[in-house]
Amino acid sequence: MRRFAALYAALDETTRTGEKVAALAAYFREAPPRDAAWAIRFLSGGRPRRLIAAARLRAWAAEAAGVPEWLFEECYDAVGDLAETIALLLPPAARPGDRPLHEWVEDRLLALRGEDEAAQRREVLRAWGELDPAQLFVWNKLITGSFRVGVSQRLVTRALAQASGVDEAAVAHRLMGSWEPSPEWYRQLLSPETGDADVSRPYPFYLAYALEGEPEALGPAEEWQAEWKWDGIRAQLIRRAGQTFLWSRGEELITERFPELAEAAALLPGGTVLDGEVLPWREGPLPFAQLQRRIGRKTLGPKILREVPVVLLAYDLLEWEGDDQRALPLAERRARLERVLGPGGTAGRLLLSPVVPAATWDAVREAHGDARARSAEGLMLKRRESAYGVGRRRGGWWKWKVEPFSVDAVLMYAQRGSGRRASLYTDHTFGVWDGGELVPFAKAYSGLTDAEMREVDAWARRNTLQKFGPVRTVRPELVFEIAFEGIARSGRHRSGVAVRFPRMLRWRRDKRAADADTLETVHALLAAHGARE
Amino acid sequence: MPAEPLLRPTDRGLYCAAGDFHVDPWLPVPRAVVTHAHSDHARWGCGRYLASRQGERVLRARLGGSGAPVRAVEYGEAVEVNGVRVSLHPAGHILGSAQVRVEHRGEVWVVSGDYKTEPDPTCAPFEPVRCHTFVTECTFGLPIYRWSPQAEVFAEIDGWWRANQAAGRCSVLFGYALGKAQRLLAGVDVAIGPIYCHGAVEKLNAEYRAGGVALPPTAGATTAGRGTDWSRALVVAPPSAAGTPWMRRFGEVSQAFASGWMRVRGMRRRRGVDRGFVLSDHVDWPGLEAAVGATGAERVFATHGYTDTVVRWLRERGTEAHALPTRWEGDRAEEGAGEGEAEG
Repeated sequence: MRRFAALYAALDETTRTGEKVAALAAYFREAPPRDAAWAIRFLSGGRPRRLIAAARLRAWAAEAAGVPEWLFEECYDAVGDLAETIALLLPPAARPGDRPLHEWVEDRLLALRGEDEAAQRREVLRAWGELDPAQLFVWNKLITGSFRVGVSQRLVTRALAQASGVDEAAVAHRLMGSWEPSPEWYRQLLSPETGDADVSRPYPFYLAYALEGEPEALGPAEEWQAEWKWDGIRAQLIRRAGQTFLWSRGEELITERFPELAEAAALLPGGTVLDGEVLPWREGPLPFAQLQRRIGRKTLGPKILREVPVVLLAYDLLEWEGDDQRALPLAERRARLERVLGPGGTAGRLLLSPVVPAATWDAVREAHGDARARSAEGLMLKRRESAYGVGRRRGGWWKWKVEPFSVDAVLMYAQRGSGRRASLYTDHTFGVWDGGELVPFAKAYSGLTDAEMREVDAWARRNTLQKFGPVRTVRPELVFEIAFEGIARSGRHRSGVAVRFPRMLRWRRDKRAADADTLETVHALLAAHGARE
Repeated sequence: MPAEPLLRPTDRGLYCAAGDFHVDPWLPVPRAVVTHAHSDHARWGCGRYLASRQGERVLRARLGGSGAPVRAVEYGEAVEVNGVRVSLHPAGHILGSAQVRVEHRGEVWVVSGDYKTEPDPTCAPFEPVRCHTFVTECTFGLPIYRWSPQAEVFAEIDGWWRANQAAGRCSVLFGYALGKAQRLLAGVDVAIGPIYCHGAVEKLNAEYRAGGVALPPTAGATTAGRGTDWSRALVVAPPSAAGTPWMRRFGEVSQAFASGWMRVRGMRRRRGVDRGFVLSDHVDWPGLEAAVGATGAERVFATHGYTDTVVRWLRERGTEAHALPTRWEGDRAEEGAGEGEAEG
């Protein structure tokens, strides 16, 4: 486990993608297959469920470290992470061992499941006595179900490809679906025979730049095609050799998340690749939050499939009859796309993302003003002559987003952040006035500079009215302008609304709490722009 | 016990009425006894200063020159101040750092200033002094703060430097200009490559060398020629140099920060450096417990840091303990990780 703990530390230490991949690749080159298989499971987010209640661990750790519980809590307050607090507090193991990761997982970790409290305590204390601090931290993360590491599936895939020489797409394909971490599985994952992967390989996504300034600067309006900019998941749908693959923009395979799209795609001829947006949809777009309900789930039951139906709104054709279409001008690709999907789309699931009819920039501007009412984030402007590029390139595609909503709200609760903000109070809840009372309406944790963040943290500590676990109720004095992208009615929030992408736009030091907005204002926004639930 | 305590907190700092002097005042006073030269302990504008002989040079450098009214005494040498007996004893924090022992009518107080109990080749080791009342700092007064043997820390630093060399990038190590920087210089493996320093560090290196502390050869980073190969070099700089145009000359760099705060992952990440090395000039938790015990003090005042925690811990163990307010309380960890040069 020492090697895995070192890998964790190396990944944790750097933000450079290249170094992360190098550390992962080095690990995969050296680790025995049985360990590597478990490592992949944990690195891809397949962490074991929490096996032991946090309260028990705290009590055992305080006892083992010889500190009273209040002092343990003070330490936790300074560290902000239970697994780390325990690792820092426990006396160092006299003779730390180095048993392989798979042994720790298979024989020790999984064995905790279903044991009674006394047995769990004995086993946990025994483990703590055998691990060095770096291993201890990782072990604690695993048993508390909080193992997280800053690498995407894509980086893991790339590192596996580097370490083995197997094509990246082949590795990604093989990591799909369900698998059990075993040495056999790992060997098969890195088998050099890659015929299986070619059919699944996506094209790199073409990405738009944000339009700054006025669209007139782009030249004559008739050279441009306008489309709605949807708030969904950008995706590429591939139908080849009787198989279907749906790739997200993060180049993760998400086919299994959207069985209804896979089913509809089976009606496409082989050698077809579409680019578009996955959206929750019932005669029109549903709020993105609905889609999140699906994304967050490991298994998709009939209920959720019924409640949150999805469609792919296709806007480009990348491959047709097995031929790469990307060099063709957009106007031509669009004409072919319309023929492929037909006017009504395919199976009601693969729909055409409509072109916004606008012959002049004034008409485009008018449509832009109408975007919110359409549940769109703004417009996409695409040059009719443009080829489908690779990555983010200037010139061919522009995104023209609508201005965010904004509301002045009062800081009510401050909560410790996580990760690099673990001991700072950076996660804030903001309220608006309802009569003489503040009603919480949004949570936000980004948008401030590091210096402002520290200042708010220090202020929150000095102006705490009440402490409740990691949350402090603070004096309702500070006002922030909160920006957000969307607003929807919600029965789960006291304010009656849920907002999308809330963030702190600026600290309104010029305003007093009494000057903040009211719930009435927020409900007026909802009435004017709210998406249907 | 007399009604007037031997030392008491005032809005200018800890004050001895019997001797009419302050210890580490934060505003100008007629007579100051100074534990060490960090700016949160040695403020300028006082009428007279009493400090250790070993710390005299750096203190004068900080107070603005040889003209500063500093009286220097040897460690252990007692002087009478208005009938109060005052002596200074090594605190092990930085060169010349001292604990202040104050004795009056048989009652003895010791003010630790900043201290550490680990060995440090750049200054005299901490020396426990018996007393009735002990004033201890507690910057790192939580049991999570436990320092590894420094040989291990320096092995990590050397390993990082070597790995950077192999990757063709310059190693920039941040540490406070006075004290930490010199301890780093004295501890790294000089055989690995050339060492350069930021101007603020280089200036204090000169004072240390003049005071008889052996440091490896160093050169000012700004005086290095255009063709300098930075990829093999270690550059020691104060944290305030991070993110400034001064950094540009080095090309590709790996940045590290040496501080006790680096013990906590969130702090390391917040610092935005590539590596954090846990190396502090302050006492850690076990050291603090041991130091308090070694004084034999029946009463302890905790100041600078986790005062409430240390007070409660000591009380639960049967020692009379109180928090001593200081202007430098602030929001400890965050300020420590910020600009306060004496912290960490």
